Order: sequence, then structure tokens, then C-alpha cells
Amino acid sequence: MAFSYSSFVSGGLGKQLASSLGLPQPSRLRRHDPKKSLIPGAVLVAGHDEAPLVPQVRTWLEAARVAVATVPSTSVAGVVVDLTGIESPEDLETLRATVAPALKTLQGSGRIIVLGRPPESATSVEQAAARRAVEGIVRSIGKEMRAGGTANTVLVEEGADTGLEATLRFLLSGRSAYVDAQVIRVAAPVADPVVPADWATPLADKVAVVTGAARGIGAAIAEVLARDGATVVCVDIPAAGGPLADVANRLGGSALQLDVTAEDAGERIVEHAVSRHGGIDIVVHNAGITRDKLLANMDAERWHSVVDVNLLSILRMNTALVPALNQGGHIVNVASIAGIAGNRGQTNYAASKAGVIGMTTALAQDAEVLAKGITVNAVAPGFIVTEMTAKVPFATREVGALMNSLSQGGLPIDVAETIGWFCWDANRAVTGNTVRVCGQMLLGA
Amino acid sequence: MPTPAPTTSSTPRRAAVLGGNRIPFARQFGPYAEASNQDMLTAAIDGLVARYGLAGERLGEVVAGAVIKHSRDFNLARESVLGSALAPTTPAYDVQQACGTGLQAAILLANKIALGQVDSGLAGGVDTSSDAPITVSEKLRIKLLKVNRAKGAKNQLLALTGIRPTDFGIETPSNGEPRTGLSMGEHMAQTAKRWGITREAQDELAMTSHHNLAAAYDRGFQDDLVTSFRGLSRDQNLRPDSSMEKLATLKPAFGKGENATMTAGNSTPLTDGASVVLMGSEEWAAEHGLTVQAWFVDAETAAVDYVHGAEGLLMAPTYAVPRLLARQGLTLQDFDYYEIHEAFAATVLSTLKAWEDEDFCRDRLGLEAPLGSIDRSKLNVNGSSLAAGHPFAATGGRIVAALAKMLHEKGPGSRGLISICAAGGQGVVAILEGA
Ligand SMILES: NC(=O)c1ccc[n+]([C@@H]2O[C@H](COP(=O)([O-])OP(=O)(O)OC[C@H]3O[C@@H](n4cnc5c(N)ncnc54)[C@H](O)[C@@H]3O)[C@@H](O)[C@H]2O)c1
Repeated sequence: MAFSYSSFVSGGLGKQLASSLGLPQPSRLRRHDPKKSLIPGAVLVAGHDEAPLVPQVRTWLEAARVAVATVPSTSVAGVVVDLTGIESPEDLETLRATVAPALKTLQGSGRIIVLGRPPESATSVEQAAARRAVEGIVRSIGKEMRAGGTANTVLVEEGADTGLEATLRFLLSGRSAYVDAQVIRVAAPVADPVVPADWATPLADKVAVVTGAARGIGAAIAEVLARDGATVVCVDIPAAGGPLADVANRLGGSALQLDVTAEDAGERIVEHAVSRHGGIDIVVHNAGITRDKLLANMDAERWHSVVDVNLLSILRMNTALVPALNQGGHIVNVASIAGIAGNRGQTNYAASKAGVIGMTTALAQDAEVLAKGITVNAVAPGFIVTEMTAKVPFATREVGALMNSLSQGGLPIDVAETIGWFCWDANRAVTGNTVRVCGQMLLGA
Repeated sequence: MPTPAPTTSSTPRRAAVLGGNRIPFARQFGPYAEASNQDMLTAAIDGLVARYGLAGERLGEVVAGAVIKHSRDFNLARESVLGSALAPTTPAYDVQQACGTGLQAAILLANKIALGQVDSGLAGGVDTSSDAPITVSEKLRIKLLKVNRAKGAKNQLLALTGIRPTDFGIETPSNGEPRTGLSMGEHMAQTAKRWGITREAQDELAMTSHHNLAAAYDRGFQDDLVTSFRGLSRDQNLRPDSSMEKLATLKPAFGKGENATMTAGNSTPLTDGASVVLMGSEEWAAEHGLTVQAWFVDAETAAVDYVHGAEGLLMAPTYAVPRLLARQGLTLQDFDYYEIHEAFAATVLSTLKAWEDEDFCRDRLGLEAPLGSIDRSKLNVNGSSLAAGHPFAATGGRIVAALAKMLHEKGPGSRGLISICAAGGQGVVAILEGA
């Protein structure tokens, strides 16, 4: 096995060395375990002024059998602060006063969740400044958190408060292990949210299509969706047919061998899913490739193939998929941090992934999509340990894995869990979002 | 008194071909050199199970076989099922009829479905020319058995001393005919000579087979027929750039003198591979959201006396087809597609020539008029064994699944004829109808 910094510094000698040199020491992140409770401790709930969301947050937590705390203590595993009522930057003191003492005693893989309102809808300049400031504070808390803890902001639109439950559950749980310093926007739901009969299987009876499912992140997505109750149609190129069949059989789904760039790819997916499984509720566009070269040396073939697989194919397939998708369905696109921060040697890839983000925002507002109550979101993975990143030279890879607040690369399952949450029918208030699964990577702000 | 309604099990129903899967065929000692028959058949089953979402499902039965088989593989089909994603409660059994194995398996399954004895099943076959069983010389084998029978170390030692150095020898399976000592190629060369099949006609058929199969892959036709295995995602033998010029450079491999027209290019190579076909009743298909591709209409098997020279070893299908046509009230021209297995290019060409020949059709087949010629543009349109390769028992499944798909694309009522020759002077033929 190749040398890995993370496993070195977590072992005896490496650990001693790392701590005496002040090197980052990654903690083992808390990940979702269906047999365990949402969060392994109490959640401190506080807020500014009237804090309109606090009563609801308490009710949801109690329903999820999570203890609610009012003062920081060693048994607190998370903090939820409602800042939706702030009027001026002076009100931010509430955040300091609540979070500062809690940080000292917070459990490992702790959670700081700050609830606010979108700055764009502020009614005064002062309020807009205060609202925007929240993001800055939370991003900084993310960098100060220890032991695998994360800090995230949720901007809840006025009147969309009930849509917060799914996001709150996601952020408190181990599903969001590698989601750090993100701003998630909760808006009026595109269709009536449906609370699952059992939160352990929020995707029960759903049919999901996952492209690029033969390995890596795609295989993990298929696995998570199946674990959460969905029947999964696993799509990949014919050359990956053997491993694809293994994934599909393991999950009790079905395999569809298909190059997503084929002219009729969308129609073939629809035909397969509708005839075999009676319809489609969820589509995850995950298939993607890299063909790196500095722009100065980039030929048209490299350029085109990446843009075609990563972006154009999705646009083409969606023309067939959107009309075929069941009412209240979900589309998730896999973008990349490279599409946000850019990356040397990846102009083609960054073009395709930034394009995916643009497409996500626009499609979420498409009239047909809205009329059908479909949510459209994207994940932008940071450094995720897969065969795609195994191609990256060793030193770059190890450094890449460390350049984030959690001091470690993410796992395919982290991306998959975020995608799963986008696909809950309980989560119809989150659409048009791009959420990074990057452990607060230093790149791309 | 009203007559009692017949029970369902005595009323034949239609057997549907629902799809199929195979692994790409590999050349002998190629990427599957270390894959066993069981590995390959299991992979073919698993690919099919994934394609049709049948993980954990109990099927009515799996029937499959291999021509070249280790003695330990006595329960090859069942062992493959146990290693697959199918429910372990799926029964299975082995069959073997040389190169007709795969198609004969499909016939057996179709008949059970028609009779209501099973609702669903897989029919298939597998063969390895690489991971072949090795046997010792007959003399050595008999002496070793004697050693085994001997009681006590002393007697065993005594028996061992009976073994002479000249007894040693290992034998690998050959495709020679036991009763004539001639290889299949030599037999075919005699038939090719009898029918005056030219080198050029054979090369042209071979080239067309390669071009047709390559085109089928290129347009995605094989996407739901093949599942990659051990790094191979297309048939290794396939040469998309095959040309008459290249084929013309090959030296004859069978026959003698100017009659030596058969080369490695217009004969199938030894290959490894496996295939399976999913079949079921109409109701079972509907319950599982599966589309009927084609109906398995009827089949016929014939055998010829090649030993005493009355007929060519691989000419049995020419006898089976007219019997099947007569039973179905069809003519040779009533088909949209013909799948005539290319054991050798000369096999296909001799078969077609025989059906056009008045004397042969009258004297041998007992027909008043020749069956006539076929529209060659309907023959092996997506390539056949010359391009794909021919792992003996796997060929039937390859053809049934591909033809069913072609017929489904052509539309309901379209018809296809399958003809497969087999060692021992046998031939298995069948008719499918598009759904
Ligand atoms: N690994 C990371 O760190 C990382 C970071 C950011 C974004 N991503 C994105 O996540 C996605 C999955 O990445 P991964 O790391 O699992 O990569 P991977 O190479 O391991 O897997 C990608 C899968 O997509 C399939 N695929 C490629 N082209 C296809 C086509 N034309 N049609 C159908 N399937 C096709 C491949 O066969 C493969 O199975 C990609 O979109 C990638 O850009 C990955």
C-alpha cells in the first residue's frame, strides 16, 4: 500500500512527531450509522431576540429523540443558533456569547449550525450587513473547530421556516461529516414536503438513476440511495459492465450499460427505468472524466471530450429525463471544487464543472421543473479519495488531502450522503443549491 | 355434460425470449486463460441478473452446458448459480450437444415454459479452450486406477511398478471426430470441395462477418447483450479492419492442393466465453416489467451419417430446416433474418448451396423443389462466429439473444431462422418470431 500521511500521523511515532512539529492531525470523522441516534449528545439551542425558529427546532429535536440543552456542557455535541431575528451587526454578539463557551467543551465531530435570513431580502442596509456577516463568522469558526467538528450556515427565507427540518437533521447527523463552512439556502418548498414514515429509509419506494455507478463516488451514491430505500438503476459505459453488474446485484438494483454521451442516452434511461421499475424519482448525474493539460497545450479532442461527458451530456439527457421524472422528483448534479476555484491544467474540466453549477441554478427555476415540483441541486466535491484522485501524483495528492479544515480527504460516501439528502421528499425546500463536500478546502473560498 | 376445461399445464403457451447476456469472447490463452468454465458462466449469469434486476430472484431453472468440461464440473450450471446473484433456490442442470448445446438448452427451457412447468429460466453455455482438462494416456489411466484399488502400501507399490515410462503421456481435448479421426476442419474441407466453395467466397463471408459485428458494437447494439469481463469489452477476435487483401495472405489450414481454401481467417478460432438467455412466460415477463423480445416458435434437430460418407459432418442443419419449415408451413424465404452459425465460412456457403440445389433437395431432402436461395443481406447481419469467435456451447445463447433483439427492433411478426451445426454430424435449428 502507498504511504499515506493520514494513516502515518494517526499511528504511534507519526502521531508524536506530528504533534511536536505542530502538523495537522486528522480526527476520525463521525459518519452516519443507521443503528445510532442522529447525534451522540445533546444540542444546545439558542437564538437572538425572539428567535422565531427556536421552538420549532426544539420540537424537531425532541421528535428525533435528541436532548436539547440550554447551557454549554461536555455532553453537548452540537449548537444551533437562530440569528434570523438580527437587525444590526451589534446583534452578532449573541452568536459570540453562545458559541464561544460551547466550543471549549464541544464533543468530537461537533456541529455548529447558524440559522439566518438571506442578505438580499434584508429590509435595511444595517440588517444586510449583519446577515452577510454571519457567513464570515461561520467560515472562521469552521477553521477553528477541532476534532472533526464542522460549522455551517443555513439561510432560511422568510416564510420558509418549516422547510428547515430536513437540513437540520442532515447537518447534525454523521451524513454531513465532510460538509463544512457551507451556506445552505432553504426556500419555500417546490412541492409539499413529505416526512418519511421512517427516517432510516427516507427514500423508501423511490427509483433512482445514478450515472458512472461502476466505481468511485458513483458506486457510493448508488449504495447510499439503496441503503436509504431506493431501487437504483446503475448506469456506466459498457467497458465498465462487469463491475457495474456487481454494484447493481449487490444493491438489488439493475444495470444499464450506456455511454452518457450517446445521442439517445436520456431516452434509453427513461425506457429502462419506466419499463423495469415503473418510473423515475431521482436522477444523479455523476459520470465524469478528466483529461488534464495546460491550456497552452490543450487539443480540441481533450477539450471536447471533457465538456461532452461532464456537461453537454447532462443537458441532452435532461431534455428526456425532466418530462419523464415523477412529480416531486429530484435531480442532483456532481460538480467539483475545480468548477469554483479553478485548477491548473484543468481549464476543460473547470469549464464543465462550473457549467454544471450554472445549469443547476437555472434548471431549478425552469418552469416545467417547478411545475412538477422537482428539486435540482449540485454537490461540489473537494478532495475525495477515489481512483480518479489516485491518478494525481503522490505529493500533490497528500497535500491536496490535507488542505482543508478537517485535515483529510473526504470519502465517496460523504459525497453520496449529501446527494441522498438532496433527494429526500422531506427536503423540497432546498433547490438550486450547490453544496461543497470539501471539508472546507482552502481553495475557492 | 360439458367437457372439463383443460388444466393449464397441458395447454401449451408461448415461450418468450426476454433478453440475454454474454461476456466478450476471448481467444485461446488470451485474457481468460485462467478463467474456468464456472467463472465465465457465473459472470454471464451475473451480468444478466444485473441487466434485468433479478438479484435474489428464484428462477424456474437454469439449463446450461459446456462441451469441454472437467470431471469436477459435473454440476456446472448449478455451481454457477450458487456463485451468482440469483437466489440459491434456483435449480439448474447441465446438458451437452456439442456446438448445439446452447440452442438445445434454449429449446428445453422453451418447452418447459410452454408446458407450464416453469415460468422463467436461463438457458446458456460456456466453453474454455484455455483452461482445458488434461487426461493421462489410456494405459496410464488404467494402471493408476489399479494402484488406487490395491489394498495396503505394499500392494500399491507393487501396482505402481507396473507403470512403464512409455505409459506416460498427457492428452488435451481435440476437436477431432472420434469415429473418423479427422478434425472438423478436414471434414469441412471435404464438404467445401463437394460444393465447390471458393476461397474468395469464404473470405468475403468472413470479412462481412467482421464488418457487421464491428458496426453492431459501434452503434451500441451490443450494449445490452454483452457485459465486460477481465478487462475485455469487445470480442478479442474481432477485426473491424478485416479486408479481402489481408484475408488473401493467409495460408490454407485445412484440405490439400488447390482445394485447400480454408484458412485461419475463414475458420473460427478456438475461443473462451459464456452466454445466457433469459426466457419466460408472457405473464412472468409482465410481472417483472420485462419486454418480450421474441417468441420461441419451434425447433428441430437432425443428424446425418457422416461416418460412412453419405453426408458431410456439418450438413445436418440442411436436413433439419426443411422439416421445421414443413411443420410450420413456411418457406425458406419467409424470414427477415437468418442466423447461420459460421463454424467455417464454408459451412454457411455449403448449406446455402445445398438448399439451392435441385438434386440435393430432391434426393437427400426428399423435396419436390429446392428450398431456393435467401436474400444474403438478411444473413448474419450483426456478425457471427467468424468475427465473434466460437466458444462451442456459448454460441447458441449469443445467437438467440441477438436475434431476439433484432426481431424486436424489426417489429411484431418478423421472423428469424437459426441454424447451428454440431460435432457428431448433428444440427440444431429454430425459429423465433419478433414481439
Ligand atoms: N474524486 C474526486 O476527488 C472528485 C472531486 C470533484 C469531483 N468529482 C466528480 O465526481 C464524479 C465521480 O468521480 P470519481 O472520482 O468517482 O471518478 P471515477 O473515474 O472513479 O468514476 C467515474 C465513473 O464514471 C464513468 N463514466 C465516465 N465516462 C462515462 C460516460 N461517458 N458514460 C457513462 N459513464 C461514464 C466511469 O466509467 C466511472 O465508472 C465525477 O463527475 C467527478 O468529476 C470527483
